[in-house]
Amino acid sequence: MASNIWVLAETWRGQITETTLELLTLGRELAGQTGGPLEAVLLGDKSLAAPLGAADNVLCAANVAPTPEAVAAALAQLVRERQPQAVLVPWTNLSMDAGALAAAQLNAPFVNGCKDLKSDGGMIVAQCVVYGGKLEAAVAATTAPALFGVLPGSRPAAAAGNAPTVTEVAVSVPEARVKFNRYLEPETGDVDITQKEVLVAVGRGIQQQDNLELAESLAAALGGAVCGSRPVIDQGWLPLSRQVGKSGMSVKPKLYLMLGISGAPEHVEGMKNAQLIVAINTDANAPIFNVAHLGINADLFDVVPALTEKIRAVKGGA
Amino acid sequence: MNTLVLLKMVPDVVEELEVAADGKSLDTSFLRTIINERDDHALEQALLLKERHGGKVTVVALDAPDIDDTLFAAMAKGADRAVKITDVPEGLTTQTAAKLCAQALAGLLPADLILTGVQALDDLDGLSAAIVAHQLGLPYIGVVTGVTADGPTATVIKEFAGGVRGEFAVTLPAVLGVQAAEKPPRYVPVAKVRAMMKTQKIETVPVAGDVGAATIEVRQLAKPVVSSHAEMLEGSPEEAAAKLVERLAQRGLI
Amino acid sequence: MEPVRPIFYNIHEHYHWAEYTQYVLGGLVAVLFVWGLWQHVRRWRLGKPETIALACKERLAGFLRYALFQGRLASDRYALAMHLAIFFGMAFLFLGTALATIDLDVTHLMFGFQFLRGNFYLAFKLVLDIFALALIAGLALAFWRRYVLKPERLKNLVYPTFPLDSFYLLAILLAIAVTGLVVEALRLAASQPAWAGWSIAGNTLAKAFRPMNADTLRTLHFLFWCLHGLLAFVFIALVPHSKAFHLVSSSLSIWLRHLGPTGALPAAEAAGVAKLSDFTWRQLVQFDACTWCGRCQDQCPAHASGQPLSPKNVVLQLNAQLLGKRGGELVSAPELWACTTCRACEEVCPVFIEQPRAIVDMRRHLVSEGQIEKGLQEALTKLGRYGNSFGQSDRARAKWTQGLPFKIKDARKEAVEYLWFVGDYASYDPRLQPVTRATANVFQQAGVDFGILYEAERNSGNDVRRVGEEGLFEMLREKNMQAFQKAQFQKLMTTDPHSLHALKNEYDNLNVIHHTELLDELFRSGKLKPARRLETTVTYHDPCYLGRYNGIYDAPRRVLAALGVKLVEMPRHRHRSYCCGAGGGRVWMEDTGEIKERPAESRVREAAALGVGTLVVACPKDLVMFQDAIKTAGLEGKLAVKDLMELVEEALKPAA
Repeated sequence: MASNIWVLAETWRGQITETTLELLTLGRELAGQTGGPLEAVLLGDKSLAAPLGAADNVLCAANVAPTPEAVAAALAQLVRERQPQAVLVPWTNLSMDAGALAAAQLNAPFVNGCKDLKSDGGMIVAQCVVYGGKLEAAVAATTAPALFGVLPGSRPAAAAGNAPTVTEVAVSVPEARVKFNRYLEPETGDVDITQKEVLVAVGRGIQQQDNLELAESLAAALGGAVCGSRPVIDQGWLPLSRQVGKSGMSVKPKLYLMLGISGAPEHVEGMKNAQLIVAINTDANAPIFNVAHLGINADLFDVVPALTEKIRAVKGGA
Repeated sequence: MNTLVLLKMVPDVVEELEVAADGKSLDTSFLRTIINERDDHALEQALLLKERHGGKVTVVALDAPDIDDTLFAAMAKGADRAVKITDVPEGLTTQTAAKLCAQALAGLLPADLILTGVQALDDLDGLSAAIVAHQLGLPYIGVVTGVTADGPTATVIKEFAGGVRGEFAVTLPAVLGVQAAEKPPRYVPVAKVRAMMKTQKIETVPVAGDVGAATIEVRQLAKPVVSSHAEMLEGSPEEAAAKLVERLAQRGLI
Repeated sequence: MEPVRPIFYNIHEHYHWAEYTQYVLGGLVAVLFVWGLWQHVRRWRLGKPETIALACKERLAGFLRYALFQGRLASDRYALAMHLAIFFGMAFLFLGTALATIDLDVTHLMFGFQFLRGNFYLAFKLVLDIFALALIAGLALAFWRRYVLKPERLKNLVYPTFPLDSFYLLAILLAIAVTGLVVEALRLAASQPAWAGWSIAGNTLAKAFRPMNADTLRTLHFLFWCLHGLLAFVFIALVPHSKAFHLVSSSLSIWLRHLGPTGALPAAEAAGVAKLSDFTWRQLVQFDACTWCGRCQDQCPAHASGQPLSPKNVVLQLNAQLLGKRGGELVSAPELWACTTCRACEEVCPVFIEQPRAIVDMRRHLVSEGQIEKGLQEALTKLGRYGNSFGQSDRARAKWTQGLPFKIKDARKEAVEYLWFVGDYASYDPRLQPVTRATANVFQQAGVDFGILYEAERNSGNDVRRVGEEGLFEMLREKNMQAFQKAQFQKLMTTDPHSLHALKNEYDNLNVIHHTELLDELFRSGKLKPARRLETTVTYHDPCYLGRYNGIYDAPRRVLAALGVKLVEMPRHRHRSYCCGAGGGRVWMEDTGEIKERPAESRVREAAALGVGTLVVACPKDLVMFQDAIKTAGLEGKLAVKDLMELVEEALKPAA
């Protein structure tokens, strides 16, 4: 029906993801504007549907393999049958493939990187992050159904509410040409950064592996751990288990102290909900200063030693 | 192991990006373009596969300003052929451009793998790799960070979140959306690129047919409205550090 | 009776067969020597062509100064005395033998007379004996140095000939000298001519032999004559196969030394050197000329800091390959990448080997194979794309000018007298931009008519070339030359020594000066007058590319003097200045190996030890390297580093 708003529920390791719940909040808003119901599409066992109470209806299809191909085929089939106006897909590594493939099969747009959606004159208009966050575009989908890849953090997560209404649907999935073998876990790092209250994050600004020492000392003084943005992990200076960002961990520490990180969206995605974000960067125009709560526009090599010393002094005295 | 690599140019965000007078597009007067970083990784992955398994690498791209340099550089790195799609219409979006590319790629099959970057920072209405895969009827998986090809199936590593990756078996031929190659893209000396320009040719193939209208409309392009800015702690590094320590102490963090 | 040289004394009478044997052996030895020499020449000819002026006054003058008189050893008195003694000792004794041969086999045999007679002969005897003693003294000094003092630089990791070669050379020369004197002494003891006293050494030694009877003396004389002859023949025959070959190769290397701008690299193939025959024949001669003295190693900042590079080792590895003692990789990549191209090695080399040129040649091969570390790769990618190593837009190059109270002329649009080539670091590095602005202020105040290229300027390519990316260097040069051609200016001026070197010596005949030369001229002509004297004591660091590469040592010092500043020199100053470690692309690379003490830290400690408060520099990279080093060496508050321009700006401020 031309005003239904769908949310593709993504499950990770047997649980509905937080982003799905955020999309339900956004979906509810949108549904309010279009006048149609909000439905969640769960391609998995219906026992997972419990948190999806914010939706009016949960379309559940079991036996869909966790591959983009299978998910896309199932989703496209449902969309063709039921013709919703918009499908909100989490813009995550997990779901973007499936969303893109389904959109291709439907000859529908898959609007990338949406941080907001609204209905305007019968069309859904998305506010998209483009060019690495330097600009934003207001993009309207001129046809329906249309798919929207929505960034994590667009809205607060919807509460589970009452038990959802589940409608079981059947989908026929074509023969699999992509088969899932297994998960490859990151080397169990000594530290689980998602459990730390204090994190000192390093980015390209740290320049050389030797300089990690500075961050380690600071982290030790604060009783926290060192983590990093993707470039630092790619260089091999920190293990994968310390990566924060879109492809890494999502963290919510009490203190997130960032050294030499410019604030690319992929990293920010992983830490923007930290309670206190402090950024130290030599570039006064670095995007990170729009995300951080406190900022110091100086060379980390000048600030960090001084900071470490003072923290030790305070702690030593206390 | 024959691979096709689809490349495209995107705006270089090192430069200041200005919005054109119409408020909907980029001001191209000072625009510089650079190869899409993910496509660069796709090329590198293709070259690594060639080093391991032999075969040929063909790079394909839509005609665009500065695309020739990129194609010659790809050949200097080790690609065997470069094909440029010409007579490209104006006003393409990711979706319509990907369909045009799929037509050209169809003409270059058979191949074992088609590699391209999983996304680009100017994508608005789709992911090229997925669209190409659908148009060509080939299997697809994206966010790929590793490929080993053993016969009729390839083992593909896909990145999830939290450092977890997934291993998939993909029947070939297939389309892969590359996030990162197993090694960072190699450097190619300027002399080699120049040598390519003298000795090699870029093949051209015109756009095959109409791909229909775009299904999106850009209503506005603008600098993000900055809702907040950090409170800056001023002074010399020593002074700023002292202020920060005070704040941390106030919040009971030290 | 007139003094005359006895003909084959004793040998002719009693051992006539030996006389003939000597000639036969001598002939054989000559053939062996020539054959051995030819082996070397054959190997040199494997190299690529190199066109140079083979004979000219400059080469002759250089040969006399550096080959005959060991010019490059002047600062090492011990070695100078030692080597002059050995060299001239051997030379004169050899000349003496040659004269004796001509005296006998030419003038006497063919024309019936001898010229080694009378006073000439007496002088001949005296001179030869003096030089024999000198030779022995020199050899004694050499033994002492090598086996008692044992300087580190004499140690070898690689032996292009054979391990005991150094000992062999000293030992055999000593044996030849001593046996020669003994032969003379025995003859004098037996024949006791009236003029024996002229042979001051031999005659003194003869006293020990006088008690012996005539037969014993003759027998001993014969034995020592044979021994002396055999030793000499063995020595000569083995010259091409031992370190002694440096007699030929070092002389040749000195004769063929690089004339033309110091340190300027010739145009070269981008693929670089992968095997020996990729070098030029002249370079191969140089590798063969190494005397294993190790002075280059002693000067090398990379070596001193613990990196795997030793210029001596580089040359010896190449030499060993040349002589077929080694195969495989020419020189390992970590050694090659550790070089800062400071030229301290080349500057000190007594036989004029060009180590940096060989290193850059081999680096080009690594680059063409893509074997470069990530940091360097990123820097080259940024340079190729944006024309600067900072990865910032070329349009941001002139952003540093914002904040100036005046607008700097755009040389692309209006004619200026001086086109100021600013350079990457001065333009883009936020720590240096204040100094760049100070520089602009000073020029403005001095009434200099100057302009810049704004966005059209590109990295000069000096360090890009030295990293081995020849193709990128050519591209940068092309772009800069295009910009120069479109701009209107009379003279080029730069504040960056690396750019100075490239623009002046490796571009197309550009007339370029360093800003210190301009300042010097302004002060001297009175166009610029300091408003006050800076009563501070400073020390000055000679930048590698300003000093060793371009010989500009005095202009900056005169500028400092004009400011009223008191200058205290560091021990390593002028051509012995110690590199900050940023050159040769090192500023883009990570450190390898166990670092004992970074070059910049060593330098700031040297400055601090003088007790001065300020270290003055004239190169942007020096400024940031030393600023960082002061922090890591814990010298904050004790030593400050300032650019010369900062002092000039200060001196121009009206007195309070």
